[in-house]
Amino acid sequence: MTELKRTPLYDAHVELGAKMVDFGGWEMPVQYSGIVKEHHAVRNAAGLFDVSHMGEFVIKGPDALKAIQYLLTADFSHQQVGQCMYAMMCYPSGGVVDDLIVYKTGDDEYMLVVNAGNIEKDWAWIQDHIKDFNVEVKDISDRTGEVALQGPKALEVLQQLTDVNLDGIKPYWFTRGDVAGKPCLISRTGYTGEDGFEVYCDAGDTRLIWDRILEAGKGIVEPAGLGARDSLRFEAKMPLYGHELDENITPLEALLGKFVALDKEEDFIGKAALLKQKQEGVPRKVRGLEMIGRGIARAGYPVKKDGQVIGHITSGMPAPTVGKNLGMALIKSEFAEIGTEVDVEIRGKDVKAVIIKPPFLQKGAK
Amino acid sequence: MSFPNELKYSKDHEWVRVEGNKAVIGITSHAAEALGDVVFVELPEVDDSVTAGEAFGSVESVKAVSDVFSPVSGTVVAVNEALLDSPELINSDPYGEGWMIEVEMEDASQLEELLSASDYEAFLKEE
Repeated sequence: MTELKRTPLYDAHVELGAKMVDFGGWEMPVQYSGIVKEHHAVRNAAGLFDVSHMGEFVIKGPDALKAIQYLLTADFSHQQVGQCMYAMMCYPSGGVVDDLIVYKTGDDEYMLVVNAGNIEKDWAWIQDHIKDFNVEVKDISDRTGEVALQGPKALEVLQQLTDVNLDGIKPYWFTRGDVAGKPCLISRTGYTGEDGFEVYCDAGDTRLIWDRILEAGKGIVEPAGLGARDSLRFEAKMPLYGHELDENITPLEALLGKFVALDKEEDFIGKAALLKQKQEGVPRKVRGLEMIGRGIARAGYPVKKDGQVIGHITSGMPAPTVGKNLGMALIKSEFAEIGTEVDVEIRGKDVKAVIIKPPFLQKGAK
Repeated sequence: MSFPNELKYSKDHEWVRVEGNKAVIGITSHAAEALGDVVFVELPEVDDSVTAGEAFGSVESVKAVSDVFSPVSGTVVAVNEALLDSPELINSDPYGEGWMIEVEMEDASQLEELLSASDYEAFLKEE
């Protein structure tokens, strides 16, 4: 067995009594007090997540913009310093290498935040495809810590620890400033459907920042694990790589077309395939499902219409805030109309479900 | 975590309370804790037959689904319908209100395969 990697907060999780699991090669907390309680804490007050396992790459140099325009699906030509943009990195087939967030940290400098389980694959892919560009790429994942404070009370708690006017940071923007006396990058981003912040710091400062946030938020902030992170992002219908996106699912099938700038001037990897798919129509679509019969849809379960398999569940669970058994499914387009009744095969038994309009949670994240 | 002495335990983490030729079955506090908050329970119906070592139902948390195996063979004579609306009883009272089914046993000698409380506890330490 290969050794699991640990974040700078491993000891903190153990001290808090977290249940630790293997997540993409990382030993991470799946829950502390319980997924449902942590989920509600984030929706109603605030939750603190260790996301130090995420990968961070810096791309720097005169061709930095050209390089990300070629590697990624979004159009970064109008991105300003201090702004974040979500995008996908595609294969020539249109399938997805990874989904990520791009921080414009300087005129010719970007930070890419990638999924933990994809760090090595992404790194190799980027190395292979930037040879013609005058840029320097650095993997700063190991020396970067990251925590996410999410929920309606996130701002008031974090504000106690910084002089930065947090309310002045617009959604999907960031700034640099001290948190608990340590230099950080603070972005108004997250993966929960709630208002909140992600704080990037030096790996060695992560524990101090984590502890100080929990102290400042005593009685308000709950430490929250990967279980709640998954149920929160699911209700907000945010995709998870390996579920709603992977090398065989295109961004258009995942209904993330607004992050694919087919009209940008530059060529990008996957553009031709995606353009063709857009013209011909996508063969499959990611859809929301609500169970009508008694049962919970889980990733991988077949979705059927009149006994014939028409797709599969990509994520599914009893949604804690919505209070329903919901799923996301990748379904053949001809069966994907809202309101279509389908069956989900749950351990050999067909259980009725209906295709519904996403997102599941009608609540505005800022 | 507690393991009442009067119960018998399976290596699949079910418990059995023997009452004459009947067996009341549930999952252990260890299983309940490992699963987390139980939010959904699937049970058989009265008169269904169950087979030792085979799944008769499932318990699910937000994150995971886990089959529940019958430690004995027989016919279901009662199911705990309270769990359908209050699955959290499995976490709060796994050996009491969190019971799952009652089975009329076909072959009481199957009970000999099961573990005592202290053997089960030792088994958990090894696992």
